[in-house]
Amino acid sequence: MASETAAIVVRAHRPAPWRDTRLRGIALQIIFVAVIAAIIGFLAYNTTVNLRRQNIATGFGFLEREAAFGIGESLIPYSPADTYARAFLVGLTNTLYVSAIGIVLATILGTLMGLARLSRNWLVAKLAGVYVETFRNIPLALQLLFWWALLRQVAPGPREAWEPLPGVFVSNRGILFPVPLGQPAHLWMAVAFVIGLALAYVVHRWARQRQAETGWQFPAGWAGLGLALGLPLAVFLAYGAPLELDWPVLRGFNFAGGTAFSPEFGALLIGLVVYTGTFIAEIVRAGILAVSWGQSEAAMALGLRPGQRMRLVVLPQALRVIIPPMTSEYLSLTKNSSLAVIIGYPDLVSIANTTMNQTGQAVEGIAMIMAVYLAISLLISLCMNLYNRAVALVER
Amino acid sequence: MIGISTRAGGLLALALGLSMGLGFPVPATAGPTLDKIKQAGSLSCGVPTGIPGFAQPDSQGKYAGFDVDFCRAISAAIFGEPDKVKYVPLTAQQRFTALQSGEVDILSNNTTWTLQRDTQLGLNFGPVVFYDGQGFMVPKKLGVKTGKDLNGATICVQPGTTTELNLADYFRANKMEFKPVVIEKIDEIYAAFFSGRCDVMTGDATALGAQRVGRASNPDDYVVLAERISKEPLAPVVRHGDDEWHDIVDWVVYATMEAEEKGITQQNVDEMAKSDSPDIKRMLGVTPGMGKALGLDEKWAYNTIKAVGNYGEIFDRHLGLNTPLKIERGYNNLWTKGGLIYAMPIR
Repeated sequence: MASETAAIVVRAHRPAPWRDTRLRGIALQIIFVAVIAAIIGFLAYNTTVNLRRQNIATGFGFLEREAAFGIGESLIPYSPADTYARAFLVGLTNTLYVSAIGIVLATILGTLMGLARLSRNWLVAKLAGVYVETFRNIPLALQLLFWWALLRQVAPGPREAWEPLPGVFVSNRGILFPVPLGQPAHLWMAVAFVIGLALAYVVHRWARQRQAETGWQFPAGWAGLGLALGLPLAVFLAYGAPLELDWPVLRGFNFAGGTAFSPEFGALLIGLVVYTGTFIAEIVRAGILAVSWGQSEAAMALGLRPGQRMRLVVLPQALRVIIPPMTSEYLSLTKNSSLAVIIGYPDLVSIANTTMNQTGQAVEGIAMIMAVYLAISLLISLCMNLYNRAVALVER
Repeated sequence: MIGISTRAGGLLALALGLSMGLGFPVPATAGPTLDKIKQAGSLSCGVPTGIPGFAQPDSQGKYAGFDVDFCRAISAAIFGEPDKVKYVPLTAQQRFTALQSGEVDILSNNTTWTLQRDTQLGLNFGPVVFYDGQGFMVPKKLGVKTGKDLNGATICVQPGTTTELNLADYFRANKMEFKPVVIEKIDEIYAAFFSGRCDVMTGDATALGAQRVGRASNPDDYVVLAERISKEPLAPVVRHGDDEWHDIVDWVVYATMEAEEKGITQQNVDEMAKSDSPDIKRMLGVTPGMGKALGLDEKWAYNTIKAVGNYGEIFDRHLGLNTPLKIERGYNNLWTKGGLIYAMPIR
């Protein structure tokens, strides 16, 4: 290459090290990193010294101690006799739970609203526009308080709970519904579901290849759906359809049995989904508008139906524009879930706050919160970047 | 910042402040807090964000209440006037960080004195100004008689309090289940309880009674159960390591108690200063010595009593039988009248 010859020429009259831009660049970078490290080290050292002087406990030893406080809702077994580490884990799972469901629902809502805003139906487009402009411009914290107050105030007390369907109760304690009790069949149904998915993928590959070779089409989507749902159903029937439900029953103050969505969880989820959905709607709309009309015209000229046109021509190109900003939305949804503390959903921040307050170890607590959010965010970014690479335009 | 920002933001800011504040060496000389206060020209006092009778802003945004008066008392002892105080409303979760990081000089914040706080949090407690106990408030229509009836209940509780821990202990000890609903802001947690989100509200019994009167649309629909599940000695708090400042807080509080015992009131303090009693002359600075020992003006106690009155007057003004809260003195009566309020001798 040309630069190699250039390098040889430069080496012929080697400049003094401080005149060498390459060396100077490296040296400056080393100095920069060293200064940053020194500042961090200085702060850490002084913090430790001063904490010790003020007799404030330091270190992560507190994680082993008994937490001794209750947590309202938990996906994993927890009691006040467990450790702070366990309580922290409860908070983490609660954060991941609400974020994961929130991301899925926000994507669905946002995509629908983004498409609706592009609709040629005047009413649909305007309604979607009003939705976006309203919820995008109200602070999320206020929205959470609004949804929470709504869920709390509108629903009756547990003794006067509404029962819209048998076994489903709506009260200000949340929405309760029966859940199937654990059966050995469930494991095999899960296995069948995974096998079904794998088969669906194989069918999909085969159908595409056949279409490429012969032009014959095969309804791979329906076949896949049938496999993924049909196989577990077959297993379920083969086991003699064992279904035993854990019904919620009013006992004393509250319902026992079944599973509940608490008003706090509900308000947080609705708030996050509705708020983030507005941004996703705009991203989807922008992505679709970024695909030039000529592409659609070309697709029509080829005789593709509107659905096919969207699925095969417009969306693959729009996704390239949509995915990167979508990653940011997923990240902010996850981080916004920390607003749960306002309405009392026991997320990571809420539990870490309590822990910090009971142990007094705020520096450690904040460090743990930051580390966890950083890890979650990097993980989401990584997944989205991988997906982005998969759908990116292959440049030749 | 604290009033409006979200909790996460507030806490983060506090933690940042903490690491910054602690990030630079603290001067090792004795009594830096008093010097700092004198230099700033005001005392920074951490009070609750809103408990009727204890600390609540009035319609002009001026803080008033039992907790507030102890800050005013200290201000009077230092500056000779009670209003050189900057009030910082702090939630239960924010208060210790705010004190540790130096944002406030003292907490007068319904804080329970416990071993862990005294040691691991690097705090020191002043004299107990209010003896309380944790109780349960329930709607009357539930027909609950004692805490033992509460198995399975949903219970509203503020995080970062001893209350939260006592609650879990009580249910564990009695082998009962409960579901906590935990919210930091006092307004929100009581809104949740009064809208029926929880069956039970728990907290210091006196504060529960105050909120019942102050917030319920119909206070008679609710009852605070007679049972007390814990001891809650509430005391002002200062940072560990500044003994001179700790002494000042101790003795200003004792002065209000001693004044009640000696019959010195806001009204008669000028007359009492002419008294022949050597005790009273020493305390009110007619005979010098006490002020110098504390590093304060000799009229420190006189100014305190003149500004806020004695302990009994402070109590009656904000909590007593002539207020909407109608709290009996009970344990908070003088030791000479069967209570626990006992000042160390000022001599």
